[in-house]
Amino acid sequence: MIEVTNLTKTYGNKRAVDNISFVVNQGEILGFLGPNGAGKSTTMNILTGYISSTSGSAKIDGKDILEDPIAAKKHIGYLPEHPPLYLDMTVQEYLEFVYQLKKARQPMKEHIDDICRRIKITNVQKRIIKNLSKGYQQRVGLAQALIGNPEVLILDEPTVGLDPKQIIEIRNLIKNLGKRHTIILSSHILPEVQAVCDRVIVINKGKLVADDTAENLSRNLSDDFRYIARVEGPEDEVQKLLSTIGGMKEVQSLGEKESGVYEFSLEAEPGSDIRRELFKRLAERNYPLLGLKSTELTLEDIFLQLTQDTGNPTSTDGGAQ
Amino acid sequence: MFAILKREMQNYFTSPIGYIFLAVFYFFAGMFFSSVLYSNTTDITYVFSSLFTVLIFIIPLLTMRSMSEDKKQKTDQLLLTSPLNLTGLVIGKFLAAFLMYCIALAVTVVYALILATFAAPEWTVVVGNIFGALILGAALISIGVFISSLTENQLIAAVGSFAVMMFIMMIDGFASLIPVDFISNIILSLSFMSRYEDFVAGILNISNVLFFVSIAVVFIFLTVRVLEKRRWS
Repeated sequence: MIEVTNLTKTYGNKRAVDNISFVVNQGEILGFLGPNGAGKSTTMNILTGYISSTSGSAKIDGKDILEDPIAAKKHIGYLPEHPPLYLDMTVQEYLEFVYQLKKARQPMKEHIDDICRRIKITNVQKRIIKNLSKGYQQRVGLAQALIGNPEVLILDEPTVGLDPKQIIEIRNLIKNLGKRHTIILSSHILPEVQAVCDRVIVINKGKLVADDTAENLSRNLSDDFRYIARVEGPEDEVQKLLSTIGGMKEVQSLGEKESGVYEFSLEAEPGSDIRRELFKRLAERNYPLLGLKSTELTLEDIFLQLTQDTGNPTSTDGGAQ
Repeated sequence: MFAILKREMQNYFTSPIGYIFLAVFYFFAGMFFSSVLYSNTTDITYVFSSLFTVLIFIIPLLTMRSMSEDKKQKTDQLLLTSPLNLTGLVIGKFLAAFLMYCIALAVTVVYALILATFAAPEWTVVVGNIFGALILGAALISIGVFISSLTENQLIAAVGSFAVMMFIMMIDGFASLIPVDFISNIILSLSFMSRYEDFVAGILNISNVLFFVSIAVVFIFLTVRVLEKRRWS
């Protein structure tokens, strides 16, 4: 449905998007994960025809966004990072305007009412957009993207500015939309992408660093093999002991936390479970294990792993190794 | 295109700009018309000849936000990602401003009708004057829309358009300062004022009509290019 080939965008001598290629199939929800300034919005702006690429092509439903822009744009609903709202209009007027702009064919009143119901903005339909809260404005932006029932939805950080309850609602909504639409969704929040998306693309500094299913990424990248252990005993000796555990990759002391109690950061080889061994060894030597917790990988950690540890930057095997 | 036109018209009337534009126009046109009435004539051309100066001041009001506001509020992201070509977008914006101008200018029809109750005016001259004012307005509006597309600040757009239109008004004066006949003739041929005065004098010269219409077309085209270029930069 969406086909991106060797997309590059340069601003001056800065490469905002660097040779990105990927394909999104019909009905798939693709997550676009990256820190701020990674090139997510630029890529989305190119996909929707707002800006042009320096080289490479983007096709929506087989239609090139540069060569056949009008045909391609007919298939897209776009929610940019900053929702493109006319603040002086009421929600109803605005949605009617978008409806006419997109030359939608559904019966207008029912179509708009239906979308408002789904996004839960029926109660503000008559109000002027300027006076709505950020969360409602974001939802009006989302409603705008749905007008005309486009096959492809491109949503740039759709949950920004919403409260936690709304975030869950919008995520569920997007999941539901995924049954009928092909969706690209960008985010810099890892759990969000995991919760919603079938497939995840990670980009950093304009480069594609991973393209994998959400499960694979989380299995390989998340918290299964990194722990923080708190042990009572002499620092050096405990550290040496911990290093001898089978499957242990790295042990680092984080210093004394209570008197005589040290904290260690442990990293195991992927796939090996060190927890039982850890307990046994420490018990044998009578060093009480006071705490063991797995650490959450932050997005930055993932980028470090993906960018440093993989020889092949476009590895598709979820390669965190 | 019609969606854009409709929205822009709505916008003129939900913000004070439309009302201010109409009020200022009606005020000055009314003043000129009252002096026509005073001088006991049915010659309405005085209204039109004086209108030029007023237009220079108030056309920038109409056009200052037409392109710049979209860029600033990022609503251009909606417009440029919709299945709508850029020409349609610019023409929609242009037509909205032009329609506002027509609403303003319509008052001169009323003036002519008022005069007709006293004695029949020269209808061909009246029609020629209105037509001249219409295409002069179209040319000025397209320049204003173009300047508005160059910036995201309405104030800069307004001041810029105003400066350009002032220059257009004074171009005859500049031409007379240049000693080389050849060059001053070229500059004079670009004069809006002298061409418009032909209409006021009741002369319908095809080359004048073509001049104003081409100015409008050229600047609409240039505006489209500016939008196009922005995508590529």
